[in-house]
Formats: sequence, C-alpha cells, structure tokens
Amino acid sequence: MSKFHVSTTVNGDSVEYLCDPRETLLDCLRDKLNLTGAKEGCGTGDCGACSVTVDGRLVCSCLMLGVEAEGKQIETVEGIADGDVLHPLQQKFVEYAALQCGVCTPGILVAAKSLLEKNPDPTEEEARYWLAGNLCRCTGYDKIIRAVMDTAAELREAS
Amino acid sequence: MDYHSPASFAEASALAANASGTTRFLAGGTDVLVQLRSDLVTPDTLIDIKKINGVRDITRNADGGWTLGVAATGAEMSEHPELGRDWPGVVEAMDLIGSTQVQGRATLTGNLCNGSPAADSVPAMVAAGVTVTVTGPAGDREVAVEDIPTGPGRTSLDKGEVVSAVNIPARGENGGDAYQRFIPRTEMDIAVVGVGVNLRLDGDTITEARVSLGAVAPTVLLVEDAAKAIIGTSLDEAALDALAAAAEAACNPIDDKRGTIAFRTEVAGVLAKRVAKIAYARAKGE
Repeated sequence: MSKFHVSTTVNGDSVEYLCDPRETLLDCLRDKLNLTGAKEGCGTGDCGACSVTVDGRLVCSCLMLGVEAEGKQIETVEGIADGDVLHPLQQKFVEYAALQCGVCTPGILVAAKSLLEKNPDPTEEEARYWLAGNLCRCTGYDKIIRAVMDTAAELREAS
Repeated sequence: MDYHSPASFAEASALAANASGTTRFLAGGTDVLVQLRSDLVTPDTLIDIKKINGVRDITRNADGGWTLGVAATGAEMSEHPELGRDWPGVVEAMDLIGSTQVQGRATLTGNLCNGSPAADSVPAMVAAGVTVTVTGPAGDREVAVEDIPTGPGRTSLDKGEVVSAVNIPARGENGGDAYQRFIPRTEMDIAVVGVGVNLRLDGDTITEARVSLGAVAPTVLLVEDAAKAIIGTSLDEAALDALAAAAEAACNPIDDKRGTIAFRTEVAGVLAKRVAKIAYARAKGE
C-alpha cells in the first residue's frame, strides 16, 4: 500500500512524515512525531483526550486522517507552555488539583485554551458546554471548571 | 484503502464511478472515520473532497437563497453572522450535533449522507425545503433533501454520484423555522425524536408550512398532514392539537433503549407543538 508524504506545521515547527492513508492524525502525532501528549481514549470522537487545533479550529485528532494535515497549522498540548514556563491554564490546573490520572488533561487544556481565545469571558455554563466533549472520569469536572474560570479571570486582568 | 483528493466534483464522481468495492467520500469524517476505526466500514476507496475549490464557502445568492459548500462545518455555520438570522432552525439543528470538537469538522452533507433517521440537521433541512446538488457521471441534478435517505445508512445516490452543494431557499418575508429534539441528557446524545418546522405568515395566519420528523421512522419524514393541520390557522389550541395528532399518526418508530414506540410517538406530538410555536414566534419577529 502506498504511503503519503505529508508536510505540515506542528506548534510552529515544519514537520514531515510518511503515513498510510488509514492512519489518523493522532497516530501520526504520537507514533511518527513522538508528540504523545494527545491521548487515544475512545478513538471515536467521544472523549476529547486527543483534542488538538487545526488552523485554529478545535478537533479530535482521532477523527482526522494524517494525510488531511497537509499544509495545515496544528497546535497540540506540547505547544502550550513557553519552554519551562507553564501556561496560566496549566498553572491553575496544578493549583486547583484539576486532574487526577491525567489522561484527559492534555485534551482539556487544548480545548480550554481554544475557548479562552474565542471567548475571554465565558460564563460557567458556556465553559461547561464548550468542554462537554472532554470526558474526565476522575475529577467530577468541578475543579476543572473552577481552574478554567479562574484562568479566564486572571488573563482578563492581565490584559 | 486508496486515498484520493480530487480538484473537482467531476473528477470525484469519475473516481467513484470507476472504483470497485466500497467507496466513501470524506468531508468532516465524523462518521466515516468512526466507521473506519471500528471496522464497520473499511472503504476500498476514500475520496477527500476538501481540496475542491469553494467547499468551505457559505454564500448568499442574488435571490436571497444560500449555497453552502459540502465541507462547511457546523462551527462555521453557527459563527456566520447572517445565516442563522435567516434560518435559525437549520443552524440550531446542526449545532446540536456532537461536541465542540465534532462541530469543528461535521457537515450538513455528511449528516445527510450518513443516512441516520436520527440525524439532527436533516428534519430542519427538510422543513426548510433545502435541496442538494448531486454531481454524477451524467452531470448535475438537484434533489430535495427528503429524497436522499432511503433507510438507515442508505441513500438514493447511485454509484459515481456525490453531493456537491447544499442549496437553502431564500428566507423571504414573515417566515420562521425551528428545530428541537428530545434526548435524555442535556448534551452530546442522539435524538429520540426530532422535529423541524418552517412556516410563513400573512398577518397572524399561517400560509405555508413544512413539518419534518426525525428518529420516528426508517427515514426522516416530511409530514404533509401536519403542515395541513396548521396552514390557514393562527396556531390556536385546536390547530396545535391537530398538528400533534398528525405528527403522532406519521410515526413508525422502533423500540430501543433510548425510547419505546409509545414514548417516541407521544413526544413527537409534544415536540411538534413546541417547535411550531417557536417557528411562529420567529416568523412574527418576536
């Protein structure tokens, strides 16, 4: 079976990989680019653990093929921190203990960052609906929502 | 699996016409990839239509109607500043599908061609009188949305045919549409019953109406008797009761874990009334 050569941009870096057309973007990120932050939870777009943005749009990387990434701008959880300096969302997740096992956390960070870029002042209801596609089986969501809302407030004060 | 990304719908149609085995077209992939990953449908030929010019466009035409490219996503429809003012029911129906992540990829055309009787956007499109342009080996034809699904997972499209555009009519004056569904949760579920209503008023009187039901039959239904029940009325209680009775009479649902036949039938009537009231208020500009 022929493989496809894909040139794309991940977290600002130009990258290339060869992939089988059946491989998802998630497979390519994890197995070819060694970016293992995005997780495969369900593999069917229900859990959000594989969330990334593609050209600024939040998507499940398990529901997109690796070949479709040609020429796109991909952002993953690995691009959120600035070197060793955590992004305010990551800092708040630590402060609020908004994670336990951590499998959902990369997807929730990517999704929450995408929310705050689109809407810097979300209501709690808007935040809960936005994150409805990110399942967490440990926390009960409350700490996650509090961390996101507090980050939003802090970022608004800083700007 | 062969992957193709043609530059035109004519090329996409020719690829599909000449392919052997199972062919799937790829737009948002929120159904195609789930079926691929769970080994339900492994296409021999996958044709990605997103490299075709204009497939993401949402365009208002000179006559006031709209042409949507087949890869325009739910998120792009919701964010559009004018589409939702003309057709709030179509936009709200699409917006009900899946999570934020799914909205970033999912499309009207994919929802239609997946052939699910519970597809949320389809009753709204049927009520709105939406058509799709189908490109095939013999050229283009325009097909009403209600004539595409033929049963669960099946469509009337022939080998080599591909939906190449979604055509939403001009809203015109004094019109309103709405869609609601019943689900046992608040978000991220599949319709147990869905109802789309689109109507037009002259003063307080309904002059035109289309009523569509989802998830209560093998395909989404256009229920002419339900429309007749409210045309010529001001949506008074008697008209609402007649609407509910006509909606219930059209139901031919299944019993499953999400709803019994009796429950789905009753909810179809209840929702038809609620949705008609919303469409009516929108047509009044309320």
